[in-house]
Amino acid sequence: MSAQPKSRIPVTKTPKVYIGGAFVRSESARTFKVTDRSGAFFANIPQCTRKDLRNAVEAAAKAGPGWARRTPYNRAQILYRLAEMIEARSGELVASLVQFGARRADAEKGVAVGVDRMIHYAGWADKYAQLLGSVNPVSSAHFNFTVPEPMGVVGVVAPDSPPLLGLISMIAPVIASGNTVVALASETVPYPAVLLGEMLATSDLPGGVVNLLTGFRKELVPTFATHAQIRAIYASAGPDDRKALRLGAAASVKRVRFSGTEGAAWLNDAAQGLERIGDFVELKTTWHPIGA
Amino acid sequence: MPPRSSHAAHARLLDEVGSVDQVGIEERVAKFTTRSVKKEAKIWGLKTALSMTDLTTLEGKDTPGKIESLCRKAIHPHEGLVTPTVAAVCVYPSMVRHAKAGVGASGVKVASVATAFPSGQTHLKTRLAEVRGAVADGADEIDMVINRGAFLAGDFAQMEDEISEVLEACGAATLKVILEVSELETFDNIRKASFIAMGVLRPGDFIKTSTGKTTLNATLANNQVMIEAIRDFYLDTGIAIGMKPAGGIKTAKQSLHFLIAVKETLGDAWLNKKRYRFGASSLLNDLLRQLEKERTGAYQAPYSFSDASESY
Repeated sequence: MSAQPKSRIPVTKTPKVYIGGAFVRSESARTFKVTDRSGAFFANIPQCTRKDLRNAVEAAAKAGPGWARRTPYNRAQILYRLAEMIEARSGELVASLVQFGARRADAEKGVAVGVDRMIHYAGWADKYAQLLGSVNPVSSAHFNFTVPEPMGVVGVVAPDSPPLLGLISMIAPVIASGNTVVALASETVPYPAVLLGEMLATSDLPGGVVNLLTGFRKELVPTFATHAQIRAIYASAGPDDRKALRLGAAASVKRVRFSGTEGAAWLNDAAQGLERIGDFVELKTTWHPIGA
Repeated sequence: MPPRSSHAAHARLLDEVGSVDQVGIEERVAKFTTRSVKKEAKIWGLKTALSMTDLTTLEGKDTPGKIESLCRKAIHPHEGLVTPTVAAVCVYPSMVRHAKAGVGASGVKVASVATAFPSGQTHLKTRLAEVRGAVADGADEIDMVINRGAFLAGDFAQMEDEISEVLEACGAATLKVILEVSELETFDNIRKASFIAMGVLRPGDFIKTSTGKTTLNATLANNQVMIEAIRDFYLDTGIAIGMKPAGGIKTAKQSLHFLIAVKETLGDAWLNKKRYRFGASSLLNDLLRQLEKERTGAYQAPYSFSDASESY
C-alpha cells in the first residue's frame, strides 16, 4: 500500500511585535487585518497603542546606556552581523514584499540595498566621531575639543513605501552612534518589519536597542511627539503628521528631523551617509586646561 | 518555659487562627491586577498612595545631608504639582534627629527602624535601648522586627513578650511590627505571626511585611494574607490594626493594585495613612511621574523626577 499524502492543517503565523528583545502582542490585544496583493486575508497584526509605545520607550531607555558604552568598533561588528542575518534570509523578505504588491525585481533590489545600507552604517560606526568631532582653536590655555554623543531614545516613523528599505535606512544611522530606537513600521505593509524584528533578535544586537511597533499612524504619532523621554524624532511624514510632530515635540524640546526621501529614491546612495548620523548626536565640547 | 515541641505549638496556634488557602489567595490577588482604574479615580489613587508613603532610606551610606534632602522631598515632592506630603520618612536611629529637624512642623512623621534591624539578632536589652534612643531623639513611629528565630522554634510567648516590651519602650510612638514574611516560609506562618503581633498591639499600630533587605519582599499575596488577618482580627475584637507592605513596590501601578486589595478586603476605613502605608524609596518618583502624566497628558521621563538613573 502506498502512503497517501495526508492533508495537513495549515500552520499560520501570528505576527508579533519586537519590544525589549521579546516578541509580544499589543497590551490592548487589538489587531488589524492585513491582506496580500490579491486581497486575501494574510494575518492579524498587532495594533499597538500608546501604552505599547510607552513600554517600548522603557525598554529602549533600559538598553540605552549599555549600547552607548560599547566601543564603536563593537557596534560596527554588530551592525555588520545584522546585515549578515538579513542577507541570509533575504529570500523570505523578498517573498513577503512581493506578496504585498512589490514587483519581484524591485523587491530584490530593495532588500539588497537594505543589506548594503546596513554595512554602510556598520562602516561608519567607528569613523563618524572623527569626522563630526573636532579639536577647536581657542585663544586661552585650553585644549578644546568636541565629541559627538548619542542623544538617547529616538523615535522613528517609517515610510509606507518602500516599507522595508525605508525602515532599515532610518534605523541604521540612528543606532550606529549609540542611540536606541522605537520605530513605527509601515501601516500598509507591516509584515516585512515583523520579519526584520526576527532577524534583529538573532543578530548580536542587545534586546531593546531596536523596538518595532506596528499599528496606525494617527493613533501613535501624537504620543511619539509628546513622550518626554523620546529625545528625537526621525519621521517620514506628510504635512499633517509633520505639524503634529513639531507641535507635540515643542514641550519636551525634542529634535525633529524629517526624511525628504520618497519612493525609489531610497535606493540611491544619496539616501545614506554621515549627515544622517550627525542628525542624531549631541555635540559635547570640553575645555581642558593646559600649561601655558 | 519554651514548649517542648515546636511542631505541637504551631499546630495549636494554627487551630486557633485558621489556615490560609494558598491557591485561593493567589487566584484572588491575580484578580486585583485586572481592575481598570482611569482618570479621576486613578489620580485619587495616586495621590492617596503618595500620602501613604513612608519615604525610606536605610543604607550604610546615609548622611545627615542625604536625610535633609529626603525630608525636603517628603514635604515638597515635586515642583509645579499639587500633592499631599508623604506620610513619613523612615530612617535608621542615628539619623532620627536629623530627620526630625528636616521635617520640622510640616506634619510629616519621622519613623525609625529599631531593634537591630534587619536581623534582630542581638540581646533584647540592646534592642530596647535602641528603641528608647530613637524615641528620645524624636521618632514618631518605630518599625521593629520580630524575633523570627523564636517564632519558628514555636516559642510564641517569647515573641509576644518581646513585642510587649518594645511597645512599652515606644511610649506614645506608633509601633510597626515587621514580620519579615520571606523568612516565615508559608502563608500559614504569616497569618499566625500576624495574629500574635496584633494580640499585643494598640489600635492604630501596624503590622508590616518586610525589611526590604531580603530577596522576597511585599507581594500582593502576602499583603492579602495579612490584611485578611487584620480583617478577621477586627471582626473578632473590634481593634483596628494598620498595615504596611514594604520593599519591592516600585511602580505606581503596583501601588494601585495594593490599594484595590485594601478597598476590597478592608474597605474605605483603611484607605488612609492612619491605617495603611507603603514602605518604599523609588515608588514616590513613579507616583509623581504618573501624576505629571495625568496633568500634562504626555508621558514623562524618569530623570525629571530626581531619579539617580543614567541620563538616557
